[in-house]
Amino acid sequence: MTLLEVDNLVKHFPVKGGFFTGGGVVRAVDGVSFRIEAGRTVGVVGESGCGKTTTAKVVLGLETPTSGTLRFEGADLQTLDAAGRRRYRRSVQAVFQDPFASLNPRMRVGAIITEPLVVHEQLARGEARERALRLLDVVSLPERSIDLFPHEFSGGQRQRIAIARALALEPKLIVLDEPVSALDVSIRAQILNLLRDLQARLGLAYLFITHDLAAVAYMSHTVAVMYLGKLVEFGPARAVATAPQHPYTRALFAAALPSHPDERREDVTLVGEVPSPLAPPPGCRFHTRCPVVMERCAREEPPLVHTDGRLVACHLYSPTPGVGPWQPQRAAPGSLTSPSFTTGGAP
Amino acid sequence: MTPLLEIDRLTTRYVSARGARVVEAVSDISFRLEAGETLGIVGESGSGKTTLALSIMRLLPPGARIAAGAVRFEGEDLLAKSDGEMRRLRGKRIAMILQDPMASLNPLFTVGDQVGESLRVHEGASRRTAWTRARELLTAVKIPAPEARVREYPHQLSGGMRQRIVGAIAISCEPRLLIADEPTTSLDVTIQAQYLNLLRDLQREHGLALIFITHNLGIVARMCDRVAVMYAGRLVEIGPVRRIFDAPAHPYTRALLESIPRLADARARLTAIDGQPPDLAALPVGCAFHPRCPKVEDRCRREVPTDIAVAEDHRARCWLAAR
Ligand SMILES: Nc1ncnc2c1ncn2[C@@H]1O[C@H](COP(=O)(O)OP(=O)(O)OP(=O)(O)O)[C@@H](O)[C@H]1O
Ligand SMILES: Nc1ncnc2c1ncn2[C@@H]1O[C@H](COP(=O)(O)OP(=O)(O)OP(=O)(O)O)[C@@H](O)[C@H]1O
Ligand code: SF4
Ligand code: SF4
Ligand SMILES: [Mg+2]
Ligand SMILES: [Mg+2]
Repeated sequence: MTLLEVDNLVKHFPVKGGFFTGGGVVRAVDGVSFRIEAGRTVGVVGESGCGKTTTAKVVLGLETPTSGTLRFEGADLQTLDAAGRRRYRRSVQAVFQDPFASLNPRMRVGAIITEPLVVHEQLARGEARERALRLLDVVSLPERSIDLFPHEFSGGQRQRIAIARALALEPKLIVLDEPVSALDVSIRAQILNLLRDLQARLGLAYLFITHDLAAVAYMSHTVAVMYLGKLVEFGPARAVATAPQHPYTRALFAAALPSHPDERREDVTLVGEVPSPLAPPPGCRFHTRCPVVMERCAREEPPLVHTDGRLVACHLYSPTPGVGPWQPQRAAPGSLTSPSFTTGGAP
Repeated sequence: MTPLLEIDRLTTRYVSARGARVVEAVSDISFRLEAGETLGIVGESGSGKTTLALSIMRLLPPGARIAAGAVRFEGEDLLAKSDGEMRRLRGKRIAMILQDPMASLNPLFTVGDQVGESLRVHEGASRRTAWTRARELLTAVKIPAPEARVREYPHQLSGGMRQRIVGAIAISCEPRLLIADEPTTSLDVTIQAQYLNLLRDLQREHGLALIFITHNLGIVARMCDRVAVMYAGRLVEIGPVRRIFDAPAHPYTRALLESIPRLADARARLTAIDGQPPDLAALPVGCAFHPRCPKVEDRCRREVPTDIAVAEDHRARCWLAAR
C-alpha cells in the first residue's frame, strides 16, 4: 500500500544578494517524484546540498513546497482539514543527525519522550509515565533513564531517546536524516539494528537519508539518488547499489569505500565539483561532470524513464529524438509499481 | 636498516588544571614505519589518534605531556630535540594535514602566499620563486586554473579545494613523512575519492611515507599497507591490512569489521558491539575492552593484556592472542 506519494515537488529558496554573490533562487528541490510504501524504507543519497534535507522538511511539514503535491494514504495534503492535518503530523515523525541538539537539555528523558503525547493527547501525568516506560523498553533503555537528563547519556543512547520520542505517537512514517552519522563507529550497528527491528515489529515506513552508501543499501528497499535538486535514479536498493545505471549513480557507488582491500570497483573518477544550485547547468544538470556526456545533454533535460526495473533520468536511456514531434515518455509517479519495485532489494 | 619512524613505548597524558583528572590518551604505544609505507590508524572518537599524531609532531596543547617512551625519526630522537630544531623539521621533513582545512589556512593571506610560505621559511626561497613553485604545487594537487587560484583567499574556495591546498602546503618541501588526520571526513563521497587518489599519486611520486588517521575502515582498505587499531589510548592490534581484514586477532577489531554494513549485504542483522567506548579518565580494570568483549575471561578483568606477536608483523594486545 502506498503511504506517501510525492509528485513533482519543487522547493525554491529566494536569497538576497550578498557581498560576493548576486541574489537569486536556490533550486534546492526541483521537480522530484517518489513514493513510500507502508512498512518499507526509501533511502535517499546524493552529495551535500542536493536537496535531501529539504525534501525531508517538506515531507515533515517544516517547509511549504513551492509547488507539487504530497498525498498521504491517498489524500492530498493541501485539501486536508485541520483534523486531517493533525492526523498527518502525528503519522510522520523525525529523527535527526545530532542527538545533542535535538533534545532539550533542561528536560528529563521521561518528559522529552512523552512531550508529543502531552501536546497531542492531553495525557494525564500518571499515564504519561506509563507510556514513557513502555517506550524506553521498546528502544532498550533502562527504566531509570526516565528521570535523567540528556547530558547523562552517550550519543548512541541519546539517539535511542530521540527514536523513543518519535515513536510516542505511533507514527506510520519516520524521517531519518543522517541518524547515525554523528555516532561512534561501534555504536552505529546498534542503532541500525534497532531501526530494522522496529520496522519489522511496528510496520513503520522510513525515509532514510544518509551519506553512507553501504548503510543505505543495507537499510533500504528502494533507493532514490538525487543530484542538484533532481531525482536521477529510483529503484530497488540492491539493484541500484550493485548495478547502478545513471552515470552519476555509477560514479557515486564507484567512489564508495571498499569493505575489503581486495574489493575492486568500477574506475569512475568524477572531475570538478557540484555546481551551485543558484545556477544549475541547463539540460542535464550532471552534464558538466558526466564522463559520457553527449551533445544533446547540455540542451535537453532528460526525463525519468523506466529501464532495467527502475527509473533513470539520462539520455543514454531515453528514446532518441528522431523524425517527427518527439515526446519523452514521462514516467508518471503512479507507474512506479512494476513488480521489481515491490519485491526487489528486501533487506 | 633503521625504519623511517620508530615509536617506542610512547605514553602521553592530559592532566587537568588541579591534576584531578588524568587521561592517558596514548598508552605504551610502539610501532615502526618504513619509508614509502602507508599506515592506517583507526579508532573511535576519543581513542587517542590525534594525540598520537601530535605527540610525534611535538605539537601537543598545554596540559598534555609525553610521560614516557621515544619517537625516533630517521634514527634521531625527536623528544630530545629543541623547539627550534623541531620547527625546522616540521613542514620540511614531517608534515601534517588536519581534519578541518580552515584551521590550517590563514583567512587573511592568499593561497599563493600560504602555499609558498614553507619554501620561504625552510628553503629561503624568494617571494617570486615561492609563487612560481606555488603554482606548480597547485597543478600537482590538480586544482584547475592555478594562475587564478594563487591570488584567491581561502573563503573563496570549496571544501574539497581547501583540503587540496592544505595538501599542496604539506608536500611543498617534499617531506619524508606525511601525517593526515581525518583529511576527508568533511568531504563528499566523490570528492573524497578524488582526494584519496590524489594523496596516493603524490605518495607514489615522492616516495612519501603516510600515516592516515581515520575512523573509517573502508579508507584503510583502500589506501593502506598496514593498519593499527586503537582503543582507549592503546594500540590493540597492528598488522598488514589484508591479514587484519581476513584474520583479525583482537575481538574489538573483529567486531568492528563485522558491525559495518557492506554494499551487497544480505545479513538480516549487523553484528553490533554492545555497550559504549569507555571514559579514558575511568578505564575498566584489566583489558579496557572487557565490558564489551564477547570473549572475555577472568584474567581479562584483572590484567592488562601485553603486546603479543600473533604472526610475523602482526601483533595484538589480547590474552586470546597468546594461544
Ligand atoms: N532555508 C534555506 N535558505 C536558502 N537556501 C537553503 C535553505 N535550506 C537549504 N538551502 C539550500 O538548498 C540546497 C539543498 O539543501 P539541503 O539541506 O536540502 O541539502 P542536503 O542534500 O540535505 O545536504 P547535506 O548532505 O549537506 O545535508 C543547498 O544548496 C542549501 O544551501
Ligand atoms: N586538550 C585536551 N585536554 C584534555 N583532554 C584531552 C585534550 N585533547 C584530547 N583529550 C582527551 O584525550 C583523549 C583522546 O583524544 P584524541 O583527540 O587524541 O582522540 P581521537 O582518537 O583523535 O578522537 P577523534 O576521532 O574524535 O578525533 C580523549 O578522551 C580526549 O577527551
Ligand atoms: S543525460 Fe547526458 S550528461 Fe546527463 S547523465 Fe546522461 S549522458 Fe550524462
Ligand atoms: S584481553 Fe580478554 S577482554 Fe580483552 S579483548 Fe582479549 S579476550 Fe577480550
Ligand atoms: Mg542534509
Ligand atoms: Mg582526532
